[in-house]
Amino acid sequence: MKIHEYQAKAILARYGVPAPRGEVAFSAAEAGDIARRLGGVVVVVKAQIHAGGRGKGGGVKLARSPEEAEALARGMIGMTLITHQTGPEGRTVSRVLVEEGLQMTRELYLSIVLDRASGKPVMMASAAGGMDIEEVAAATPEKIARVYVEPGVGLMPFEARQLAFAIGLDGPQVTKAVKLMSALYEAFIATDASLVEINPLVVTASGDLLALDAKMNFDDNALYRHPDIKELRDLNEEDPLEIEASKSSLNYIHLDGNIGCMVNGAGLAMATMDIIKLSGGEPANFLDVGGGANAEQIRNAFAILMSDKNVKAVLINIFGGILRCDVLAQGVISAVKELGVRVPIVIRMEGTNVDEGKRLLNESGMNFTTADSMDDAAQRVVQLAG
Amino acid sequence: MSVLIDKSTRLLVQGLTGREGTFHAKQAAAYGTTVVGGVTPGKGGTTHEGWPIFDTVRDAVEKEGANASVVFVPPPFAADAVMESAEAGIRVVVCITEGIPTLDMMRAMTYLKSRPATRLVGPNCPGVISAGKGKAGIIPGHICREGRIGIVSKSGTLTYEAIHQLTRLGLGQTTCIGIGGDPLIGTTHIDALQMFANDPETDAVIMIGEIGGSAEEEAAVWLKANFKKPVVAFIAGQTAPPGRRMGHAGAIIAGGKGTAAEKMAALSAAGVRVVKSPADMGKAIKEITGS
Repeated sequence: MKIHEYQAKAILARYGVPAPRGEVAFSAAEAGDIARRLGGVVVVVKAQIHAGGRGKGGGVKLARSPEEAEALARGMIGMTLITHQTGPEGRTVSRVLVEEGLQMTRELYLSIVLDRASGKPVMMASAAGGMDIEEVAAATPEKIARVYVEPGVGLMPFEARQLAFAIGLDGPQVTKAVKLMSALYEAFIATDASLVEINPLVVTASGDLLALDAKMNFDDNALYRHPDIKELRDLNEEDPLEIEASKSSLNYIHLDGNIGCMVNGAGLAMATMDIIKLSGGEPANFLDVGGGANAEQIRNAFAILMSDKNVKAVLINIFGGILRCDVLAQGVISAVKELGVRVPIVIRMEGTNVDEGKRLLNESGMNFTTADSMDDAAQRVVQLAG
Repeated sequence: MSVLIDKSTRLLVQGLTGREGTFHAKQAAAYGTTVVGGVTPGKGGTTHEGWPIFDTVRDAVEKEGANASVVFVPPPFAADAVMESAEAGIRVVVCITEGIPTLDMMRAMTYLKSRPATRLVGPNCPGVISAGKGKAGIIPGHICREGRIGIVSKSGTLTYEAIHQLTRLGLGQTTCIGIGGDPLIGTTHIDALQMFANDPETDAVIMIGEIGGSAEEEAAVWLKANFKKPVVAFIAGQTAPPGRRMGHAGAIIAGGKGTAAEKMAALSAAGVRVVKSPADMGKAIKEITGS
């Protein structure tokens, strides 16, 4: 799960990670008020969306007066912000962060992510802050310092010091960095984050270390124990069909094609998308109905699939261990009847009572084609989608 | 010789009294697995479907000689269940549960490091089945057939598809190991391949991977140096968009890394027969084993 910059900064502040003073505004007037309260010579108005690259896209601007802050916010709120991470359709901005402007002398990079290979959290730091870290990693990997944290032990001060020295900090900055890094690690673990990234981490003119930008992603599997974080979910940043699907506990990802897929099992669902593409078609979605391919889930799945107006044909690929194919067939027939599904449907199913299931479908008088294998199913549905 | 689960397995079911646990314990027993009982804290001393229920894994080990366990425990408690089995000396723990918080698994894996006698399979996996001998998990027995092909796979139902293709072609399986789709798992492709290397009954292996992480690339390096038997590989997610979690928690292309294309290239370079289509796994095995 993703959250906005201002929300990440608020969470990190609770753990003692310093950030510039600032507040979120949902209207131009609010932005003006916040700017007034912040005072100072300059404030920064930053569009809040779940994607990076906002600066280049015109989503980060400096204001030299509260009136200018209000005008900038007026221009940003409601705008469609397109960055290299949003895709060409961009995102609608509904809120801005108004923050005090700061004099900074250095921009650094700091993040924590779980390293799958070692099974340990890895803290990464670099003097190349304010840049695309993936580009830095590709072009100059030696510029990124890493510490693999021992899970049972936590981040040790000497490890934080290693990183601080590696990115060119010295004197009192090192002490501040150790404190900040420890706080960041604590936040990562306590909130069940999957990623915490501060880019840039700035050194101000007065020698303080602050998170100028902050990003936090959270482990979806752990949200059940973080209801306060779950609350921060911004539905406007998500695809409406995907939101609908998640209400029925369906794993659905909306894609561009015209062949709707309904499969049980994530690996088989990915493989089904793959074979459709190999057969010359374009999948409209990824959809894992999971272990419960019962009548209700089938109906919910069809409802989501058919909400996508691009879908010209549907492929159902269900491999049940215990699943009875005649029961599945009944579920499909009633869902199609109830929802008035018009597009051709190819069904490939395995489980028990396969022949009985096929018979029911073929005798239903509805637009079903049964298939014997994944190959057969993919070729047929691609043909039917036209 | 089967890998991990065989006739000497004495299987404990953690979560036996739940719906999933009950169903799959019965299926396992019907398949010929020796299921010795279940663990549900607080229900020790009772029986369920004829099986004794224990409060703790230790009790089950002491009283019934359990040496393997299958975990059907909900996500908030599953990592704990795994660690409890390790502490009690269970040799093979198969964790079926999907949705365990990643940091819980990080802690469980750290715990397991100091208990090397225990092998964890999963989590978020369909488990292990040794054709004709026994199973720990949810892989259906009726699609399997005794034979000489091993399978190691991140997927659930895609594994069934591979088994089904082999069975249809008259080829059977030795052991099928579902290693699971989470980012942190107890048994990797390499671990499974090592077991198949040491199994004189396994002639060839189907390896199924998915986008995300670098396990398949690491396996490619290992295979080239260590594995003499023929391998067919299929990587799911060739058409997956970057940055999205494709169902499985571990199935995500992050920062440009973990794509199916990279994995397929690495495996091909290691001499593995990589098939583009999931429909070709069985066919490819038939060809390369000359069966």
